[in-house]
Amino acid sequence: MTAFRQSVEAMIPALRRYARALTRDADIADDLVQDTLVRALRSEKLFLGGDVRSWLYTILTNLNKNRRRSLARRPQFMPLLDNNPDASGTEAEGRDIERALSTLVEEQRSVLLLVMLEGMSYREVADIQGVPIGTVMSRLARARAHVKASIEGERPTLRRVK
Amino acid sequence: MTDPKIPVTEDELHAYVDNELPAERRGDVEAWLAAHPDEAARVQSWRTMADALHARYDSVLDEAVPKRLEIEQLVRQPRRWVYGAVAATLAAFMAGGGVGWVAHGAAARPSTFQSFTVDALDAHRLYVVEVRHPVEVPGSERAHLQQWLTKRCGWDVRAPELAGLKLVGGRLLPGPSGPASFLMYESASGERFTIYTAKAETEATQMRYSAQGSDSALFWADRGVAYVVSGAVDRSRLTQVAQAVYDQMEKGGG
Repeated sequence: MTAFRQSVEAMIPALRRYARALTRDADIADDLVQDTLVRALRSEKLFLGGDVRSWLYTILTNLNKNRRRSLARRPQFMPLLDNNPDASGTEAEGRDIERALSTLVEEQRSVLLLVMLEGMSYREVADIQGVPIGTVMSRLARARAHVKASIEGERPTLRRVK
Repeated sequence: MTDPKIPVTEDELHAYVDNELPAERRGDVEAWLAAHPDEAARVQSWRTMADALHARYDSVLDEAVPKRLEIEQLVRQPRRWVYGAVAATLAAFMAGGGVGWVAHGAAARPSTFQSFTVDALDAHRLYVVEVRHPVEVPGSERAHLQQWLTKRCGWDVRAPELAGLKLVGGRLLPGPSGPASFLMYESASGERFTIYTAKAETEATQMRYSAQGSDSALFWADRGVAYVVSGAVDRSRLTQVAQAVYDQMEKGGG
C-alpha cells in the first residue's frame, strides 16, 4: 500500500468519530466517510503533499454540507431514525450532549467538534471551513454558549438562580 | 510581558481552554479567573463539555472499521465493487440489520437518488391504487411491452420473471431527464410492486433504501440506468423482490 493510502487509512477511525458526532446517525456517518475516502483515493495522483488529515476533514465537512442542502430541499426524504444506539449511548450525559449538538447550526456544530473532539487548531479549522480565524472563534463561542444553555435547560436543578 | 491589567476577553478565555493562548498570557488569564469565579465556572463547563463529547463519541474509535470503508475494498475495480456492495447491502437487509439509507454510490449525488426515488414513489402511489387502468399495456402483451419501452426509453427494458408475482403491465412516464419505464407486478394477495427505470447520470451506484409513509423503495443504478423497486411492504420482502430484479438484470446484461 502506498504511503498516501496508509495515511488515509490511519484517519478512518477519527473520521468516523467526527462524522458520527456531526450527523448523530451511524449509517449516514459511515456513508459520509465512505464518500470522503472514495474522493480522496480518486484524487491520490492530484495530492501534492500537505496535511492529509486536514484535507480529509475538509472533504467530509463539505460533503455533509451538500447532503444537508439536498435534505433541506426534500424534507420528506429524511433518513430513518437510528435504532442502533452505541453501547455508551444510553448514558444520560451522552444523550444530553447529543441532543445539544442537534440544536446547533451546521457551521457551529462543525467548529465545536473539530476543536473540542478532534483537537484541531483554530488555524486548521479556518482552513477547513474556508473562513477567517475570527469567524471560527465567534462560531466556537456561540456554539459553546448554546450547548451549555441547552444542557442546563434540560436539567433545571442545576440552573443558577440569581 | 503582557500587562495583567489588560482585561481578559471572551476570545482569550476560549483560546485559554483550547491551548491557543500565547504562553506569556496564560498566567494573566489564570489570575483573572481566580478573581472571577463565575467566569471560572463557565470555563470549567467547557472542559466538562469536551469530556462529555469524548465520553459519548470516543467509543467509535474502538469499533471495527466496516468492510465497506476498507481501503482495499474502495480501490478495487468500481464494477466489482458495486456488485459486491449491492450484495452486501441486500444481505444486511435480509438480516434486518441496516436501517436508513445504507451504502451509496461513489460518484452519485444524493439529489440524483432523491429525484429518482421521489418520482418513482409518486408514480407508484398514483398507479397502484388504480383498479381498472393501472397500466397502458397489459402484462399479457409482455413482448410488445418490452419492445415498446426499450424503443422509447433507449435502454434495454425487460420485465423480469418474479416468483409469486404476476406482471400486471407497464407504462411510459416522464422521468427526471427524459422518458422512464414503469412496470407493475401483483401477488396473489394483491400486494403491488413497481419497477421504475430512468436514465441515470452515473454509471453505477450501490443500493439504497428509503421509506415514505407506508411505501418503501430500494434504488440503485447500473450501466447508466437507475432502478427503483417500490412496494408497501416490509423491508425484507421488498429486498427479496429487489434482489430478484437485480439478479435478472445482472444476468441479462452480461
